[in-house]
Amino acid sequence: MRRIIKSFPGVVANDNLDFQLLPGEVHALLGENGAGKTTLMNILYGLYRPDSGQIIVKGREAKINSPRDAMQLGIGMVHQHLKLVSTHSVAENIILGLNEPRFFLKMDEVHDRIHELGERYGLPVNPQQKIWQLSMGERQRVEILKILFRESDILVLDEPTALLAPPEIGELFAALRRMASEGRGVVFISHKLNEVLEVSDRITVLRRGRAVDTRRPSETNTAELANLMVGRPVLFKLEKKPFSPGAGFLELQNVEVMGDKGLPALKGISLEIRAGEILGLAGVAGNGQRELAEVITGLRRLTKGKIYVNGLDFTSSSPLDFLSAGISYVPEDRQGVGSVASMTVAENLVLREYRNGPFARNIWLDFKAIDEHASQLVSEFSIMTPDTRNPVQNLSGGNLQKLILARELSRKPKLIVAEHPTRGLDVGATEYVHQRLIQAREQGSAVLLISEDLDEILTLGDNVAVIYEGKLVGLLSAQQASIEVVGMMMAGSSGG
Amino acid sequence: MSEVVAAVLARAMETGTILLLAALGEIYAERSGVLNLGVEGMMLLGALGAFGAAHLLGNAWAGLAIAVLIGAVVSLLHSFMSVTLRLNQVATGLSIYLLGVGLSGFLGKPLVGVTVPGLPVVAFPSVQDALSKVPVIGLVLGRLLGGLNPMVYLSIALAVIMWFILFRTRWGLNIRSVGENPSMADSLGVSVFRIRYICVMIGGSLAALSGAYLILGLLGSWTEAPAAAPVTAGRGWIAIALVILAAWSPLRAILGAYLLGGVEALQYTLQGFQLGIPSQFFTMLPYISAIVVLTSFSVETVRKRIGVPAALGVSYSREE
Repeated sequence: MRRIIKSFPGVVANDNLDFQLLPGEVHALLGENGAGKTTLMNILYGLYRPDSGQIIVKGREAKINSPRDAMQLGIGMVHQHLKLVSTHSVAENIILGLNEPRFFLKMDEVHDRIHELGERYGLPVNPQQKIWQLSMGERQRVEILKILFRESDILVLDEPTALLAPPEIGELFAALRRMASEGRGVVFISHKLNEVLEVSDRITVLRRGRAVDTRRPSETNTAELANLMVGRPVLFKLEKKPFSPGAGFLELQNVEVMGDKGLPALKGISLEIRAGEILGLAGVAGNGQRELAEVITGLRRLTKGKIYVNGLDFTSSSPLDFLSAGISYVPEDRQGVGSVASMTVAENLVLREYRNGPFARNIWLDFKAIDEHASQLVSEFSIMTPDTRNPVQNLSGGNLQKLILARELSRKPKLIVAEHPTRGLDVGATEYVHQRLIQAREQGSAVLLISEDLDEILTLGDNVAVIYEGKLVGLLSAQQASIEVVGMMMAGSSGG
Repeated sequence: MSEVVAAVLARAMETGTILLLAALGEIYAERSGVLNLGVEGMMLLGALGAFGAAHLLGNAWAGLAIAVLIGAVVSLLHSFMSVTLRLNQVATGLSIYLLGVGLSGFLGKPLVGVTVPGLPVVAFPSVQDALSKVPVIGLVLGRLLGGLNPMVYLSIALAVIMWFILFRTRWGLNIRSVGENPSMADSLGVSVFRIRYICVMIGGSLAALSGAYLILGLLGSWTEAPAAAPVTAGRGWIAIALVILAAWSPLRAILGAYLLGGVEALQYTLQGFQLGIPSQFFTMLPYISAIVVLTSFSVETVRKRIGVPAALGVSYSREE
């Protein structure tokens, strides 16, 4: 790909980018969010059209106007958000869009071929199962098999490890190496430095739409890559005072709840969080973390068990009771649960406390106090916004997260439930969020940190709990916990 | 007694066929992700066109053909608004409905009182003869195999074919995928726009055909009706409910259509018994039963999301 330029309203996503993929290599595209990795690959796959630039595939200039063109050139892509029909079977998903068979579906032949491909690459999956029955790792296998089924020789994987537990990541990497050894070219998009160093033959670093440099893993290290990615040196160590927990603040006893689909989501969770403690909750997405966070914020009814806050029975209390007891919530879904997109920065910042003085007098809101409060938080948390009357839908993801943190932390909470607080944030913003959470701990708040990022959990957490299929399968101190042990537990083996 | 049963069943199938034809079309439109609330309007326009054409050309089959054509053209308008312009599908559907009511009421005025050739009935005398030797059941079955409108048999065949295409062929897989996850279908080179246009067109054509069958096969005359209760009498809306009851499956739609058609057939029989209950009560029955059946039968369907296309009512565009 030569001199690719693509701009969207307000941003140049790809600014004169060059990128070269050789057959038989795993080539990593490394960069922060918004660096242009996905845009570049969407251009290659025909989803976007470049403003200018050239794409050369196998020595010939190619015009790629749609995914269909890309597939005909042997290019396949696994998107970050998996594109599967969850009510259809694996085989139906894989053959969608193929020209063969022409009309009647011969599913037996398709099933055999999927079995055979699965065995060859170590990606086993049952072709007759429906997608919704599969784990995230298996779903991703289906996506990869979809490309292999089409005999593509250029594979693009956009952040494929984001949804996987560590053992599954290992299997994925083995499959990628296998594909490269057969002469296929693999593009691996990631912002995780360790993974990139582990699996790639070459690494191209993008920053703000430009290709900064291309390195071999043997010639570089994490610190240098982070530097190239962010454009300044990054601290990897966080200053943290020794762990000295106070009194227990929240206690769950044998809690059970139903999930959205009416199936049990939490199966007997017992847990205590103390003041001044960061409890890291590790687990692969969808194992009950969201439901647990909703229990602790009063959003989900228990079918069994008890909740105590400060020693008081809160089992059937309303979300407002939990809020008034000093529990703050940084939700996973920032746009949907965490903020109101069309309301202003000031209004969003006061959503927790607008009932109380100084913001409210009887039924009236004091907008002057609300605005002052907002201006103060905007500068304290360095939220990038032209003014406090700006609707939050205009904020970037990182800024929106800062706004939510500002709202949740400024009320001096006794407990913060932080759900994937740094997911999708770049290195700089992540560093900031981490510092703030540690600061809250030092001021005596309890923190429940729910995350899939094990590095994050192990650096921030004082204790680490592991959740799998709605049960706690392990509780370790941060010193005992290692990525390997916690990773095994996340995948369901009770290694501890 | 079996005479009465046979008559009610025959009538159930004949009225049920109106619902079945419209629901089959709507199943395809919704399976591709487009909600068409204009079914009632398309039925009215189909009925109007079919009646006018049958009158002018003197041939009921020509009337049906014209109706299909009209349905296709009107649904082009609907897909242009909902698929290409990506307008709210509830609003576009309602606008088609209002268009159908207004236009058919206005253009239908000169047709009041004119006569048209009806559709011939179809009978299978040899099968009937054989069946008549079996007591009771033979009589009932014999009635259903003889002397019914041909559209009854055609619609059953159509439902079977449409089920087969939807679940056993590549076309069907494309349609279902577009309705479930359009961005995925697009990324695999399936044209979301083409499939949605085709399915909406199938939906409109069948809705119009259903209206044509109603007027030519069952009613036989065009009456001047108030806009609130046009000749289709809300059956287009019941057909939309039937789609949910059928869990978006053409085969289940057959059963549902005859069930709801049966209630309508039963009301005429009950009215004939002179029970001293106001006739308006019986006229209400089909609508009440639609509500009851829908709430009781489809609780499970909806809760477990059986068949509900995930992208139903959601417009699709690529760079978003």
